[in-house]
Amino acid sequence: MTYKQRIDNRGFDETRPIEAKVGVIPRADGSAYFKIGNTVAFAAVYGPRNLHPKFLQDPTKGILRCNYNMMPFSSSGERVRPGGSRRSKEISLVTVKALLPVLDLQEYPNSVVDVFIELPQTEAGSRCAGICAASMALADAGLLMKDLVAAVSVGRVDDKIVVDLDYNEESYPGVPVADIPIAMMPSSGKVTLLQMDGEVTKEMLMEALEKGKKALMDIYEVQRKALKEKYHGVDE
Amino acid sequence: MMNEHVEQKTETQEQSKVMVKDKDIAVPGETLAIGMDTLPGSGTYREGEKIIANRLGLVSIDGRAIKLIPLSGRYAPKAGDTVICKVFDVTFSGWRLETNSAYAAMMSLKDATSDFIQKGANLTQYYDLGDYIVCKIINVTSQKLIDVTMKGPGLRKLKGGRIIEVDSNKVPRIIGKQGSMVSMIKETTNSNIIVGQNGIIWIDGVPESELLAIQAIRKIEKESHLSGLTEKIKEFLDKKSQLKVK
Repeated sequence: MTYKQRIDNRGFDETRPIEAKVGVIPRADGSAYFKIGNTVAFAAVYGPRNLHPKFLQDPTKGILRCNYNMMPFSSSGERVRPGGSRRSKEISLVTVKALLPVLDLQEYPNSVVDVFIELPQTEAGSRCAGICAASMALADAGLLMKDLVAAVSVGRVDDKIVVDLDYNEESYPGVPVADIPIAMMPSSGKVTLLQMDGEVTKEMLMEALEKGKKALMDIYEVQRKALKEKYHGVDE
Repeated sequence: MMNEHVEQKTETQEQSKVMVKDKDIAVPGETLAIGMDTLPGSGTYREGEKIIANRLGLVSIDGRAIKLIPLSGRYAPKAGDTVICKVFDVTFSGWRLETNSAYAAMMSLKDATSDFIQKGANLTQYYDLGDYIVCKIINVTSQKLIDVTMKGPGLRKLKGGRIIEVDSNKVPRIIGKQGSMVSMIKETTNSNIIVGQNGIIWIDGVPESELLAIQAIRKIEKESHLSGLTEKIKEFLDKKSQLKVK
């Protein structure tokens, strides 16, 4: 019972403040910006475009490539060494897996859709912010997709279920902590990403997922608004 | 008999519930309508009773059908489109062209010219690497192999002038109704302009008028969503060309 109030005075079901914008990178085919608390993600989509080397081409459908990159001085800890790491490779992979279920790439055989996710500033929940930004950028790029994808992390600190953990909660000393990033298609409620770090009971996990789903609907609203805002005033 | 018909009609109208208005912006996953009476058009799909947006687009309701007009995205090659392409490879049997999409187009000898070409002749004397040509897409296969032809009115190799790239979704606005917009720019700037459906535009004139035409096209691209655009561009062009005369 040590965790009675959240460090930044949020409600336990409340996310950090969110900002979103679409069309931030003019030379990209689609782009978006997503900020949650102190975590900032930019996503740029290029394609469908020609894919080389040729052996990577798939004649039945286009492929999706994601690249998650934390910039060198983005985190509060030590400098992130530029170039890929084991961690960034894993997150790029789960981002692809979180986004693929909504994309219909059958229309683009032998081609590739590239997604570059850059994080100039991070404080926990960066893969979720990246997925949110990427899904908006893909929609902005005019790709065929069934739904958007919204992502947030949920978890537990001591005996409390919390939504959208920040760094202080992720590393809360002396009590059991769990961090569970989830990504979901908001319209159908299907989960496309579910990871976990820490320890939880089954009951706590189920409760956390329920709370996460509610928070995801709010995030979806922000994404939707940002997309509509870019094209606002289109009348013909 | 008549009564029966009328009754049926009111019944079906009640069944469908359209959730969006014409010219709304729809985002992927958004429910556009509920009910079996409304039909899913391009850019939408049906899931059970619902019609759902399959892309970001502008809602267009035409009778019972709902479709989405794309607002963004790369050029998707389509048979019948007149496009401007760049030659990037010359093969034994023809030319390979950049189409400003994810796929290259192929132009075979037969479609390139009606001249007799000797076996093993140097094909670069017809179209060399780096040449821009206006051509027409005859066929796009499911694997996105694109065949183009040079046989048709106005299809030719482009000499001189300059090439600019625009968003292919804005090409209809640049051309205007029955070509009104592009012919206005042509007249006022006194330059020759060809707009390819793939978003590649060729402009040929004296350098000043080429620049003015580019400015006008960029303005259209930026303000394509506003109504009364033709008048605005006309005003813009008149003002600019007057300045030049002074």
